[in-house]
Amino acid sequence: MTTNLKFTDVEVGTKLPALSVPIQRLNLIKYAGASGDFNIIHWNERFATSVGLPNVIAHGMFTMGAAIRVVTDWVGDPGAVVEYGVRFTRPVPVPDDGIGALLEISGEVTELLDAGRVRVTLTASSSGQTVLGKAQAVVQLA
Amino acid sequence: MALNPDFIGRTYPPSEPYLVGREKIREFALAIGDSNPAYHDVSAAQGLGYADVVAPPTFAIAFVHASAEVAILDPDLGLDYTKVVHGEESFVYARPIVAGDELVVVNTIANIRAAAGNDMITVRSDVSTTSGEPVVVTTMVIVARGTDAQ
Repeated sequence: MTTNLKFTDVEVGTKLPALSVPIQRLNLIKYAGASGDFNIIHWNERFATSVGLPNVIAHGMFTMGAAIRVVTDWVGDPGAVVEYGVRFTRPVPVPDDGIGALLEISGEVTELLDAGRVRVTLTASSSGQTVLGKAQAVVQLA
Repeated sequence: MALNPDFIGRTYPPSEPYLVGREKIREFALAIGDSNPAYHDVSAAQGLGYADVVAPPTFAIAFVHASAEVAILDPDLGLDYTKVVHGEESFVYARPIVAGDELVVVNTIANIRAAAGNDMITVRSDVSTTSGEPVVVTTMVIVARGTDAQ
């Protein structure tokens, strides 16, 4: 673990640079292949709407994986993320309209822990609605 | 009907070893739109002190989820997988996953509880190297909708 970010340089309330991630169907196809999650609700609109979803929805794990970039971009070394957990509170519909969805992520230091670690709380929303709950990471700083 | 709480604590045999590939890490990082050099460039990862490219924090799902099916799809548990949604996920790392790691997963049904007519099943997956070094513990909560009502 090698980061230049020092524990003494942050405090509760330190904000991480925010991030916007556009999501199109192609991103979900790629994620299905990379993760092995080929659940049909993530790529087939006919099926997704037949089971009551508003549209094809993003994999929760895609959203979780995209959201942590706010932390890894901030800290530099991805290995500094020692814990990461979320609740999936709301699906992210990804329409096939040439625009798709926009995931907006921000993060803030919410607790100073022992041994140079801090807790970061993330917020992730799409179309103004929160899509991850209790999204928190523990990060090892220098 | 509700799931049988007797399954709480049931541990399944270890998975076959999963060899973490450099190209799989790159593919996963590209899929989540992340160009962090530590995921793609061996020399950048080595500059951070790793033997090879590092996996993104959620990469473990690419092999843990399939291994956890031994628990989720246990016919004796009787879970209707068509009614399942992913409720929560967490990763607690002893160290990052790096290309070249050979990892085994031991899955345990950590909890089963009923809430608002749904069954919530917690599966804990202990990931370690084939030589026994702990790497990461993942915890997945899946929600089986409406199983109580049947």
